[in-house]
Amino acid sequence: MRLNYPPNVRIVNVPCTGRVDVIHLLRAIETGADGVYVAGCMEGECHFRNGNIKAKRRVLAVKKILQEVGLEPERVEMFNVSASDGPRFAAIAREMTERVRALGPSPLRDPEVCAAWMEAAQ
Amino acid sequence: MVVAERKPIEEILAMVADFKKVLLVGCKGCVTVCCAGGTKEVGILGSALRIARKKQGNPLEVVEHTLERQCDPEYVDQLAPMLAGNGFDAVLSMACSVGPQFIAKKYTIPVYPMLNTTFIGGALEHGVWAEFCQSCGNCIIHNFGGLCPIARCSKSLMNGPCGGSANKKCEVSPEIDCIWHLIYDRMVELGQLEKLRPVFPIKDWSTSRDGGPRKIVREDLKL
Ligand code: SF4
Ligand code: SF4
Repeated sequence: MRLNYPPNVRIVNVPCTGRVDVIHLLRAIETGADGVYVAGCMEGECHFRNGNIKAKRRVLAVKKILQEVGLEPERVEMFNVSASDGPRFAAIAREMTERVRALGPSPLRDPEVCAAWMEAAQ
Repeated sequence: MVVAERKPIEEILAMVADFKKVLLVGCKGCVTVCCAGGTKEVGILGSALRIARKKQGNPLEVVEHTLERQCDPEYVDQLAPMLAGNGFDAVLSMACSVGPQFIAKKYTIPVYPMLNTTFIGGALEHGVWAEFCQSCGNCIIHNFGGLCPIARCSKSLMNGPCGGSANKKCEVSPEIDCIWHLIYDRMVELGQLEKLRPVFPIKDWSTSRDGGPRKIVREDLKL
């Protein structure tokens, strides 16, 4: 499957979305990411029982914090996608990219930090 | 443990509105266990405050640090080098409300509480805590099957239940178990129902707050 997804999406691998914590998502926003999303397995299919349910709760906690600090909660999101479902993976990458484009760049974006971050990611 | 929860970020932002640099101090004691003010929560609040202020175009420098405890002077003393000449406008304490008071006693810098200290309690499950004790200073729960009617009865009745108890729930809210119902069930279970028959005498509250702030002195432990 040679599927394309927007090149602006940076992937951070985690062993299970249950490893993703509030602070990880906040740090991404704080360092200038326009949006962050968590792509977990389908509900009921977590290899570690309920890591994706925990991730969903944490994403909700981050949305609440963003609202409290005056940023759009839509900049963070939880998606469920089966590991074998490439087309859906590409589709949510497009969906999130379009959503964030509509919101506009993060008011926290710092070009210098951003460049350093992108370099580190590569 | 002491159970607390973080104040709303909006309230905290108003507290720090005039500051440029603050020291945010967590505590590794009770508030770490109840997930309100440990290293992790310091990180989250620090990040949230920086995001909020950066967005306002008025950045706030938040230096994060977590002490072993904030209710013992030897740990609070460890802040001295950080607070010496680093230009902090204030200290934000993420300990229970004892912490900010210990810091205020030791250092001449404004101190703000980040948490609302709520009760003495325990975890019912992950993410849920409930009140179990009101520190009356003279524990009597052995008379009630090990359950506290002071902290856990809405009216602190020594001779309950009141007339409002219905379907095991307290009349104050259907969310609250009537502790007197639970006490009754427990005494039946223990085969000690007879012990509830006599009227429990008026409690001696002199060990509670009636003499002002309390103090415990242990000569055997003094250095
Ligand atoms: S009787 Fe007093 S010390 Fe014992 S649990 Fe109740 S409030 Fe706490
Ligand atoms: S209903 Fe039960 S818990 Fe509520 S006030 Fe009456 S005796 Fe106390």
